[in-house]
Amino acid sequence: MWDYVKLIVLAVVALLAAMAANYAHDLPYQVNMLVVMIAAVITFIYQLRHVGEARVHDQTQYMDGVIRAGVIATAFWGVVGFLVGVVIAFQLAFPALNIDNTMGILNFGRLRPLHTSAVIFAFGGNALIMSSFYVVQRTSAARLWGGNLAWFVFWGWQLMVVLAATSYVLGGTQSKEYAETVWYIDLWITVVWLAYLAVFVGTLVKRREPHIYVANWFYLSMIVTVAMLHVVNNAAVPVSLLSSISVPIYSGVQDAMVQWWYGHNAVGFFLTAGFLGMMYYFVPKQVERPVYSYKLSIIHFWALIFLYIWAGPHHLHYTALPDWASTLGMVFSVMLWMPSWGGMINGLMTLSGAWDKLRTDPVVRMMVIAIGFYGMSTFEGPVMSIKAVNSLSHYTDWTIGHVHSGALGWNGMITFSVLYFLTPRLWNRDKLYSLALVNWHFWLATIGIVLYASSMWVTGIMEGLMWREVDANGFLVNAFADTVAAKFPMYVVRGLGGAMFLTGALIMVYNLWMTVRAQPQRVVAYAGVPAE
Amino acid sequence: MCAKPVKNDPKQEVGTTGHVWDGIEELNNPLPRWWVWVFYLCILYAIGYTIAYPAWPLLTGATPGVLGASTRADVAAEIKQFDDANAPTKAALVAADLPAIGDDAALNDYALKAGKAVFNTNCVQCHGREGGGNKAGGYPTLSDNDWLWGGDIATIHATITHGVRNTVDPEARNVGVYMPAWSETATGPLAEAASAQFTAEEIGQVVNYVLKISGQTADEAKATAGTVLYTENCAACHGEDGKGNRDLGSPNLTDAIWLYGGDAATLTATLVNGRAGVMPAWGYNDTGIAARMTEDEIRAVALYVHSLGGGE
Repeated sequence: MWDYVKLIVLAVVALLAAMAANYAHDLPYQVNMLVVMIAAVITFIYQLRHVGEARVHDQTQYMDGVIRAGVIATAFWGVVGFLVGVVIAFQLAFPALNIDNTMGILNFGRLRPLHTSAVIFAFGGNALIMSSFYVVQRTSAARLWGGNLAWFVFWGWQLMVVLAATSYVLGGTQSKEYAETVWYIDLWITVVWLAYLAVFVGTLVKRREPHIYVANWFYLSMIVTVAMLHVVNNAAVPVSLLSSISVPIYSGVQDAMVQWWYGHNAVGFFLTAGFLGMMYYFVPKQVERPVYSYKLSIIHFWALIFLYIWAGPHHLHYTALPDWASTLGMVFSVMLWMPSWGGMINGLMTLSGAWDKLRTDPVVRMMVIAIGFYGMSTFEGPVMSIKAVNSLSHYTDWTIGHVHSGALGWNGMITFSVLYFLTPRLWNRDKLYSLALVNWHFWLATIGIVLYASSMWVTGIMEGLMWREVDANGFLVNAFADTVAAKFPMYVVRGLGGAMFLTGALIMVYNLWMTVRAQPQRVVAYAGVPAE
Repeated sequence: MCAKPVKNDPKQEVGTTGHVWDGIEELNNPLPRWWVWVFYLCILYAIGYTIAYPAWPLLTGATPGVLGASTRADVAAEIKQFDDANAPTKAALVAADLPAIGDDAALNDYALKAGKAVFNTNCVQCHGREGGGNKAGGYPTLSDNDWLWGGDIATIHATITHGVRNTVDPEARNVGVYMPAWSETATGPLAEAASAQFTAEEIGQVVNYVLKISGQTADEAKATAGTVLYTENCAACHGEDGKGNRDLGSPNLTDAIWLYGGDAATLTATLVNGRAGVMPAWGYNDTGIAARMTEDEIRAVALYVHSLGGGE
C-alpha cells in the first residue's frame, strides 16, 4: 500500500515539475524543474522495481550504507568545490579567464556562489550529515532511527546541491551571501533538514547509553540552530509560483541584519559547532586517549552557543546599522574568544601522553593542524570584529584570508582526517592504502593554506591602507583600480595555494579509492551494535 | 602487594567521569586557570565597553555610552573639517579665470590634487590611470596632445560639463552626429541607421586609403581607388587632408593615434558598424537633483586633465 502511495506521489511530482518547466518565467526555474522531474522519474523507476519488497532494518547492525554514500559525496563535492575555487581565484588574477559567449555561466559572479555553496553545503554539509550519522550510532549504541529516512536525507541533500548549482550558473539567486538559493530550494532544504533532525533526535531517543556524548550536543545544536537561521533569513514572497524570483519580507538595514545574523551563525553553527562535534569523536578515537576535560567541554559548549548567536552585527560595522547594535556584535565576538578556544584546548590536550603519534600517524597530524587553524581563526575573528581593526579590514581580502584559514585549515583538514578514519572502517579494510600519500596530502594542503592566508593578509592590509589614504586636503590618494593592480602578484600566490590544496585533495581521493579497491578485506568485521 | 598508580597516567591522577561511549572516556580535569581568567577579562572588557559606548537597546533608543561616541558624528566631523579647510580655496577656484589658475601656485597645487581625486573616482574607469585611455572601449587617451574637441582648459571644461552624445544634456557635444555604419552588413547599435553606401570591396578600398594617409603599409591600387570614395563620403567630416575637424570631434586619421585602433581589421569594423562614443554630462542634471560634479570639481579635474601631458 505504502509503495503505491509513493509511486503516485512521485508520478504527480514529475508531472507537476514538467508543467512548471513548460510555463516557467525564467531559465533557472525551468532548468531546476527539469532536474526535479528527472529526479522524480528516476526515483519512480527505482520504486517500481522494488514494489512489495520487505524493508529489512537489522537492529543489531549499524546503518552504514548511507554513511558510505556520504563519504563518497563528501570527497566528490570537495574536489568540485576546490576546483571552482581555484578557477575563480585565477579569474581574479587574470580577468580574461571570465570566458565570453557562455551565457555568463563562466563569469566570476556566477561561479563564486557555486564555489561557496559547493564547499560549505555540499562538501561541509555532506561531511556533517555523514559523520553525525556515524557518531550518533556509535555513541548511542543504536541503529539510525527512521528506517530509510536517512537515505531520504542523503539524496534530498544531493538534489538540493544540484538544484542550487544549476540555478546559480544560470543567474538564479536571491543575492544573500551563503543563502543564495532561491525560494523553492529553500523550502526543499527545510524539508530535508527537518528529516535530518528527526533521524538524529530519533536515534538519540532510542540510545542505549545513559548519557548523550558531547559530540552529539554539538551536532544537535548545529541542526537545531541552522534550521532556525535558515527559515528566518529566507522568509520571502515569490513573485510567481512559476518564477525563481522572490521578494524578502525584510528591507533595508533590517534585511542586512537578519542576513548577517544568519551568515555569521552559518559559520558559527555549521562550520564551528558541527565540526567540533566531529572533533570530539574522531580525535579521541584516532589517538586512543580520553577527552581532556568533561568540565571544559560542558562550559565551553554552553558559552559558545550562547555567545555566538549575538555576534552577527560585527559584519556591519560602519554601515547603516545603529552604533548600539554594532557595539553588541563586537563585544559578544570578543567574549567568544575563550569559549571557542575551549574546543581547541580539549582537542589538543586529548593528545597528552600520545604526542609521539604526531611522528608516526599523519592522520593525527592532520587533526592537530586542523585544531591549530581552528584556534588561529577563532582568535583572528574576535580581533577583526573590533571596530578599529574592522575599519581597516572590512571589505578587504583579509576577510577572505580569514575565512579560508578557517575553511581550508579547520573544516577541510578535520574532514580529510575523518575521511581517512572512516574509509577503512566502512569498507572493512585493515588500513589505508598508503600513509605516504596521506603525508603528501598533509604537506600540500598545509603549505597551500599558508600561501593562501599569508597572501590575503598582505593584500588585505595593503588595500585597506590604500583605500583610506588621504592627502593633506582630504582627497583620496588611490583609485580603486590602483588597489586592484597592486594586488595582482598576491592573487597569483593565492591561486597557487589553492591549486596545491586541490592537488592534495585529489591525492586523497586516489588513496581512498585504492584503499577500497586494493586493500584486503578484514578477516574479522568491525563490531556491530553491542548487545545489552 | 598493592599496585602503585602509574606515574603520568592521567586516568589514575584525575580520574574519569565513569562513562564510556564506543571506547571514549572523559577525564575529570578542571578548567585551565588561564582560560577561566582570560574569559573573565573578556567579559569585563565587554561590560566596560558597553558602558563607554552606545550599546543597550531601550524602548525608543539605546544607551548612548558615557563617552558620547557616535560613528556618524565622527565621520561628519572629519568631513566638515576638510570641507571647512578647503572652502576658501574652492571659492577661489570657482572665481578664478580658468587659464590664469596656473599662475597661482597654491591654487594650482590644490586644483591638481583635487582633480586627481575626482578623476580617480569618476573618470579612471573609462579613461584609465592618468588618462591612459582604452582602445577596446574607444575611450580617448587624455595624456597625449591629440584632442578630438580641443585641449585648452576652457574646452576640456566644457566637454566635462556637458559630455558627448548623451541624451541628458541638450548642450552635449555632437548629439545626432556620429560615424555612421557604411555597410549593409553592419551589426550593433548603429546597424539600423546604416546607409549601406559601400560594398565590401569599397570598404577595403577606403580602409587602404586610410592606411596610406596614416603612413602604414597599404595596397596601392586599392588605396588609389579609395581616394575618390574618401573625398566624396568621408572628407566632409574628416577633412580633405584627413586631419579631422575639432568642431565635429572627428578624429585626425593621419597620425599614429587612434581612438579604436588603426589596423586594417579595426578600421574595417569601424567603417562597417560605425562608431558613436558617449560621455556623460558631469555638470548637468535634468532630474532636479544635483549634478554629479560641482563647478569647483569640474574645474579641478579639467586642470588635472590639462596637466597630464597634452594640454594646449
